[in-house]
Amino acid sequence: MVTAVDLCGVRLANPVIPASGTFGFGIEMAGEYDLNVLGGISLKGSTREPRFGNECPRIAETPDGMLNSVGLQNPGIDALLNEKIPALRKVYSGVVIANISGFSLEDYVYCCSLADKCKDIDILEVNVSCPNVHGGGMAFGTSACAAAEITAAVKAVCTKPVFVKLSPNVTDIVSIAKACEEAGADGLTLVNTLLGMRIDINRRVPILANRYGGFSGRAIFPVALRMVNQVARACSIPIMGCGGVSSASDVIEMMMAGATAVQVGAENLRNPFASKEIVEELPKIMQKLGIEDINEIIGVV
Amino acid sequence: MEKALYTIISNELIADKTYRMRLAGPTGSLKRAGQFVNVAVDGFFLRRPLAAQEWDPESLAVIYKVVGQGTEVMSGMQPGQGLELLCGLGNGFDAGACRHSALIACGGLGASPVFSLAKELIDAGKKVCVVMGFNTAADAVLVDEFKAMGAEVHVATLDGSLGVKGFVTDAIKAAQPQFDYFYTCGPAPMMKAVCTSLEGPGEASLEERMGCGCGICYGCTCHTNSGAKRVCADGPVFKKEDIIW
Repeated sequence: MVTAVDLCGVRLANPVIPASGTFGFGIEMAGEYDLNVLGGISLKGSTREPRFGNECPRIAETPDGMLNSVGLQNPGIDALLNEKIPALRKVYSGVVIANISGFSLEDYVYCCSLADKCKDIDILEVNVSCPNVHGGGMAFGTSACAAAEITAAVKAVCTKPVFVKLSPNVTDIVSIAKACEEAGADGLTLVNTLLGMRIDINRRVPILANRYGGFSGRAIFPVALRMVNQVARACSIPIMGCGGVSSASDVIEMMMAGATAVQVGAENLRNPFASKEIVEELPKIMQKLGIEDINEIIGVV
Repeated sequence: MEKALYTIISNELIADKTYRMRLAGPTGSLKRAGQFVNVAVDGFFLRRPLAAQEWDPESLAVIYKVVGQGTEVMSGMQPGQGLELLCGLGNGFDAGACRHSALIACGGLGASPVFSLAKELIDAGKKVCVVMGFNTAADAVLVDEFKAMGAEVHVATLDGSLGVKGFVTDAIKAAQPQFDYFYTCGPAPMMKAVCTSLEGPGEASLEERMGCGCGICYGCTCHTNSGAKRVCADGPVFKKEDIIW
């Protein structure tokens, strides 16, 4: 049985990847299980300067999901490259995906060119879709023009595969995906969180201190699946499917929709062992469905 | 951290809207008083973080108040039912920081995580004074249990229905306890009052809305004098001098 997949020449032993922001920098879980079972790890989104992120509360629950307004808390690109990734590499030899965010074109170019030189990073994931930062993040990913501009600028300084992570908070994801493809993106990650809100009806205030936050979890799976399918039918670059994936059967479904690899996000928060359990479950469901090579099912629907 | 299926031994009302649930299952990952478990409740996406009140090699107890839909569902659970827990989360209290005598100041269900701490200190031959605050007598929990383990216990209630009328800090002033280290757990304003009014070293167990409860989502990060810290994994217990109120 074949579970290995290929993302722009980077081989993953299986398609399962904890999504950025839901698995820290990997090392947080290193004491809990052997991370090498994972296909890859997408590290917490990093920026040029260290960030605290937004004030708490920055987590709220929803039916079958959650909101977060963490706001890209991270120690900065230097600490990512000099501390976090070397620490992870001591225990993990699989695929490392560095997730980069910024507040200007220059930020993205600066961070990506540094990350591209780091031998321990396999893939760059350019996050133009964080809904929790002001004047950056999602602002770049909701316009085809801005997303393409960032893609082209990053590609000009990078030799490694560049995946652009897009926001679902748009009217036409296909046009943005196509703009990124035309600008040279090697792949796409679809999708980041949906913008949401909860209100404390007793206190008459938003639950999140930041008022709005990114909605993720099982509830968004059909939306993410639809967007992956729409883009897969319109573009020819590989897609990492992300959004509400909570089981091995969701992985199969995402891949049938057109994803080459699948990211597990909020499910890691309710069950920190979720990604590992999905990896273990995957061959069993493949057998049940008569899938000999997982690559057979990519985009069959 | 350990994930396992636990079996409910008992789930009894011990105060107003307040229950103690005893669960049979592995407890090897609990190393220090003040650590917590994260309870998966069917029908709810995120887990409920609850302090381990006490534990032995085969079982543990949590105390919770019905404050929302999740705890409402928990209150209806019956012995024999299964519940999935992540166990052994957080850093817990530093019992070794107390040399001879400790003051434990707690408010409301803050009495739960300090319960095993008091026991550990007393078992180590240290003197323990527990000052407990509640809104009203009907909310009081663990008062007799703290007395039974040999702690000196003082109680304050806001309405004066039990013990001294007023705040925990009023009861501390009245009791004038001698201590070389203090521990506090309860509502943030109470802990702030305790930490800012008491001389000498101590530590407090903070609370925040959590995502994962195990340090991977950075959803509960707070500012401290040693930088940004995750309440769930770097805490929940922080040294007094690190906390920014």
